[in-house]
Amino acid sequence: MKLVTAIIRPVALDEVEAALSAAGVHGMTVTEVRGRGRQKGHTELYRGSEFAVDMHTKAKVEVVVADTAVDAVVAALVAAARSGDGDVGRVGDGKVWVTRVEQVVRVRTGELGADAV
Amino acid sequence: MTGSVWEAVAPDGVVLQAVGAGSPDAGNTAWVLISAGLVMLMTPGLAFFYGGMVRARSVLNMIMMSFSALGVVGVLWVLFGFSAVFGDSVGGVIGDPLDFAALGGILPEGAGDAPLVGTIPAAAFVIFQLMFASITVALISGAVADRMKFSAWLVFAGIWAVLVYFPVAHWVFAADGLVSGEGGWIISDLHAIDFAGGTAVHINAGVAALVLATVLGVRRGWRTHPSRPHNLTLVMIGVALLWFGWIGFNSGSALAADGAAASVLVMTIVAACAGMLAWLVVERIRDGHHTTLGAASGVVAGLVGITPACASVDVVGALVIGVVSGAACALAVGVKFRLGYDDSLDVVGVHLVGGLIGTLLVGLFATSAAPTGVDGLFYGGGADQLWRQAVGAAAVMVYAAVVTTVIALAVRACIGLRVDPEDEIAGIDLSQHAESAYDWGRTAGRQVPSPGHAGIDHSAAESGVRGADPAAAGQDREYAVTGGGRGPS
Repeated sequence: MKLVTAIIRPVALDEVEAALSAAGVHGMTVTEVRGRGRQKGHTELYRGSEFAVDMHTKAKVEVVVADTAVDAVVAALVAAARSGDGDVGRVGDGKVWVTRVEQVVRVRTGELGADAV
Repeated sequence: MTGSVWEAVAPDGVVLQAVGAGSPDAGNTAWVLISAGLVMLMTPGLAFFYGGMVRARSVLNMIMMSFSALGVVGVLWVLFGFSAVFGDSVGGVIGDPLDFAALGGILPEGAGDAPLVGTIPAAAFVIFQLMFASITVALISGAVADRMKFSAWLVFAGIWAVLVYFPVAHWVFAADGLVSGEGGWIISDLHAIDFAGGTAVHINAGVAALVLATVLGVRRGWRTHPSRPHNLTLVMIGVALLWFGWIGFNSGSALAADGAAASVLVMTIVAACAGMLAWLVVERIRDGHHTTLGAASGVVAGLVGITPACASVDVVGALVIGVVSGAACALAVGVKFRLGYDDSLDVVGVHLVGGLIGTLLVGLFATSAAPTGVDGLFYGGGADQLWRQAVGAAAVMVYAAVVTTVIALAVRACIGLRVDPEDEIAGIDLSQHAESAYDWGRTAGRQVPSPGHAGIDHSAAESGVRGADPAAAGQDREYAVTGGGRGPS
């Protein structure tokens, strides 16, 4: 099993959700997070005082999937989260990473492993 | 006092000239009572205006400073404050605090006629003026956001009201014969025009804010870590209430529902409109954007500027005062960064500067065509009124600066002014009020049951969140993991 974690633009969340659903992944955990990568910040103005905001609000999507489904899920997620219509999106579109998961337990039934995913 | 004409005799035997008796004018009374309510709304409005401008971890303290000003001043006002402002004057400097102590001689007795100020019940005038005193004190708090001990604020607020606001309000508002025979020197002798408090309220509070912010010192991280307003919608609600309340503040000061009140209202509204636009234009040119906070600030700047002038200028004068106030205050709020005092929410930049502009421009734009106007410099009256305005403003500034400094240093020496550095970083709401404004989620805290609270098993509660509810703890055990997992905990 793998944990697929994606940091995406919040506005891309609907498309990502639909893409994951089409790829057979219905459960997910979404968190509003803040952070920064290569994307530059923006400046806000309050009575002429500039306030530099370089921690961007992003959505973090986490899904646990079976090993066999990882590539398809990641591909679907990346395609949905990328901005624009071309092959290359824009700075700030986000990042996806995959980590190994030792065990999964479904709380309701106590099922383990792939059955619980 | 059984149905006969009420004799306006103060407890010390001074026969008052203007507190007469009889049946009040219903329309005038209704307007002043409503105006008192409108002005009262300004203090919570200010609380929201200021509260939205501070960080989320300080908003309750900011709101509390405004609300507490209403509490402290309200009590002092009825005990002796009203008398210290409107009692018979001692040399034009202060009203006799015993004339109307505990509102003696002010309230109607039994079914008898009400004591009157002009054509309204004296009690209506008392409560209307109480609201002025409260919001003046509350205004100061914008300069000390995030870092002042609440206990120190309460003590400061009370002492400042007594030693600074009451005398200055006497100078500016207590006209000869308005309530008592002899009034304050600025209005009665100098004849400076301050219809609704440009000097007594805005310049006074602005100077106090400058002094207190300086004595208190800058916030931790000031300039390196800007304090971004945490809720601009709250700011806009606050400024809307302020604008609404200002109708009573200025127009109610006519003490009558008449043409003067209507004229004052026109000037008040148009100056605020012009102030908003002027601030936005300055921002657009200087910063490239016209901001929400700028619009709100421009409205307040315009209102502050027109406050002393609203009954003595025409529409052109009101528009000019609004534009100049809005533009000048927009530029003035940046001065604190150059001079190094942390006037957190720009009380100096808006209220002191706006108050000065309005007070001085009366000397230029006043016209005898307005309800209480005389001709100013631009209307053929020469510089006579201008120097009167300048002297009045300067006197208030000097007095407020000196006495506020003494008060601030004394409070700092006795009980300290600032919260601990750790509390300032963690947020002043928690250390001063044991509260936080916003519940960010269910994991943010848990109930700590008080001893003897019915229905709580304390031994379980003390062991943790889940243990607080025996039923929930029992359910947990049913969720045992099967198939080789861990057993029930």
